[in-house]
Amino acid sequence: MGDVFKALADPTRRAILDELQERNGQTLFELCTRLISKHGLSSSRQAVSQHLDVLEAAGLVHTRREGRYKFHDLDTSPLRTITDRWQLPTD
Amino acid sequence: MRINLASIHVDDQEKALRFYTDVLGFLPKNDVPMGEHRWLTVVSPEEPDGVELVLEPDDHPAVRPYTEALVADGIPFTSFAVADVHAEFDRLKGLGVTFTQEPTVMGPVTTAVLDDTCGNLIQIAAMEAPAS
Repeated sequence: MGDVFKALADPTRRAILDELQERNGQTLFELCTRLISKHGLSSSRQAVSQHLDVLEAAGLVHTRREGRYKFHDLDTSPLRTITDRWQLPTD
Repeated sequence: MRINLASIHVDDQEKALRFYTDVLGFLPKNDVPMGEHRWLTVVSPEEPDGVELVLEPDDHPAVRPYTEALVADGIPFTSFAVADVHAEFDRLKGLGVTFTQEPTVMGPVTTAVLDDTCGNLIQIAAMEAPAS
């Protein structure tokens, strides 16, 4: 599994996670359009695709093929490695 | 010079004619036999003398790899203007249309993306109405 910390270190990748949290199961097209229209990011489709590869390697995004379409789903469970390592205050 | 036609490749002209008329609501305009295929166009009822959409056969070997790659990434081949994306989404969902993107506000425009059942994704889009 790739590095969760490295995956989170990039603002575009964090924006991708924000958008997937708002709606899970997006195509590459929808994600790219959201990054441009809502975050003012001008990353190329290829760059977004590479960001998705990094997020997928870290287990934060899963790609799902459904018929002829490809959707991207958010998985926040790798974030547990962070709070397992540095625990949250209990109060 | 003016633009009077726009084309889209379809995997079956008869099926495409049904989808673009019965489901989307366009009107047949030209239907001329051309060997094994047809010169087949539809127009919007809102602009019967406007741009014609040519439903073009996809039998050239380059077409399918191209359209399939676009579909996999969710990229619409073209976009049609509607007054209300949510209303169209509800209407088309009711007719069994598959959407790869539900209505989403993208800056000043609301868009959704549907499958035309003939090998393409189509975006529908509306500019935001001024706040009332």
